[in-house]
Amino acid sequence: MTALLKLADVSKRFDGLVAVNQMKFDIKKGEIVGLLGPNGSGKTTLINLISGALSPSQGSICINGKNIAGKRADQIARAGVARTFQLVRILPSMTVLENARVPAAFGAKAHRGSEIDRIALTHLKKVGLGDKADMMPGELTYIDQKRLELARALAAEPEVLLLDEWLAGLNPSELQDGIALIKELQSTGLTILLVEHIMEAVRALCPRCVVMNAGTLIADGPTNEVLANPDVVAAYLGDEYDA
Amino acid sequence: MTRTVLFAIAILAGLAILALAPAFLGEYGLGFMVSLMSYVTLATAWAMFSGPTRYISLATVAFFGIGAYTVAVFNETLPYPFVLIVAISIGALLATFVGFATLRLAGVYFVIFSFGLAELVRQLITWFEVNITGTLGRYIFLPFETRHIYWQLLALAAVTIGIGFWIRQTRLGLALKVIGDDELVAAHSGIALARTKVLLFVLSASLMTLAGAIQSPRWVYIEPAIVFNPTISFLTVIMALLGGATRLWGPALGVIPLMILFEWLSASFPDHFSIFLGAMFILIVFLLPKGVLSAVETRLARLKREANA
Ligand SMILES: Nc1ncnc2c1ncn2[C@@H]1O[C@H](COP(=O)(O)OP(=O)(O)O)[C@@H](O)[C@H]1O
Ligand SMILES: [Mg+2]
Repeated sequence: MTALLKLADVSKRFDGLVAVNQMKFDIKKGEIVGLLGPNGSGKTTLINLISGALSPSQGSICINGKNIAGKRADQIARAGVARTFQLVRILPSMTVLENARVPAAFGAKAHRGSEIDRIALTHLKKVGLGDKADMMPGELTYIDQKRLELARALAAEPEVLLLDEWLAGLNPSELQDGIALIKELQSTGLTILLVEHIMEAVRALCPRCVVMNAGTLIADGPTNEVLANPDVVAAYLGDEYDA
Repeated sequence: MTRTVLFAIAILAGLAILALAPAFLGEYGLGFMVSLMSYVTLATAWAMFSGPTRYISLATVAFFGIGAYTVAVFNETLPYPFVLIVAISIGALLATFVGFATLRLAGVYFVIFSFGLAELVRQLITWFEVNITGTLGRYIFLPFETRHIYWQLLALAAVTIGIGFWIRQTRLGLALKVIGDDELVAAHSGIALARTKVLLFVLSASLMTLAGAIQSPRWVYIEPAIVFNPTISFLTVIMALLGGATRLWGPALGVIPLMILFEWLSASFPDHFSIFLGAMFILIVFLLPKGVLSAVETRLARLKREANA
């Protein structure tokens, strides 16, 4: 079976700095993969490259065999890539429901009429915001804002979901809820690339991890082996690391 | 349902009353109403693009002037409706080019470019007339009295507000609202930013062009310096921002007090008029970019919250 998401030789340079250096890995359909690495190692930049917020300096990024490298973010969104942001981004002037309606209307499926509301509401319910649809997002708690961002990504009905530290900043019980929610998503066959610092979550969710250090791929394999890899341990030394 | 019907009746009644204005007003009053309708159109059209995108455009008079000048060039050779179509086409074409070329410019660069555009168009036309046609200054001979111009502009203003209302009900309106909130989220949700913005810019510019075309017979004699007067661009921005560029009726509401104020200022202090204008522009753009109405609302909401607490 061919890979759903395939990165080959992907690099991004900012002036002098090489933030992502010849990254290369595949993700199969339905797989959930952890993307690890110390702060500043280029994880968010890689998410930005895949989702089209930035265009790579070189390399190819294929979805279902189609190269999307250098395409605009909206084209990539319509090709089936959805994401959340490391710092939550909600649409402040629109209700919770309207937030979730946007990708339903403009994503790959480009739904029309009442179908937009149906899709939006389905995904709000899925993340537990069904009864808060008419609130303004500013009135939501932090975790609910994160849930809203996830619902918005899901309402695009994506092939690949990119989560950038979606579980960060949650308290222990919220964290358990969050992990359960992502597990549930994966059980529906969604393909997920998950940037995460919380090792408990990585162990619970990701059978496989790729690790970056200073923009370069240093490990790719089963989570247990990767976390025991001396290069990975060395990369994390000196970085605050909550294993 | 009944609310919509009542609203529609109120709008029609308002339009009917406005349409009767020429029966009650003298030449001066009607002239004032012509300017009023022209600015309601310009400010509403300006806000259609600049409200959600937050680009401060000073290109208004580029399009307004093109409309007026097109009428001056073709009024003797083409039937009036065709002249209007030619004018809209030129305005829309220019807006398409300018849109795709400049909408990636950020903030103040766009302001400067849009201001420069109006000057550029004026200089090009002047150069062309002086060196190629040898006719700087043209006459408009159309059988319109002030009231005919007024009725056309009233209709254009109504159509412009109607388009603004309609956009809000469509996918385009939703896309614009998202762009206004967060462009990055808009793009990652599948909204084509450049195409959406250029579409709006062209629509807005076409309405501005039409406003210039319809108003032009008021001048009879037209030169580039008259119809490409930058004051028109500045006034439009101030009016739209005063009322609030993200609201449907905001720009129209901003026009009325400012028209009265500027009428008085230009009569009482003709030499200092442009200083007032500049000061006001800076004040509103920097201090109240969301409009006076919304600033008052925010203040009131805060007072209410403090009273409740
Ligand atoms: N837009 C940008 N311009 C310049 N440098 C950037 C930009 N985005 C990220 N960087 C740099 O690239 C490196 C990787 O950052 P990032 O991808 O955010 O790391 P991570 O998400 O792994 O913490 C950092 O050194 C950061 O300063
Ligand atoms: Mg990051």
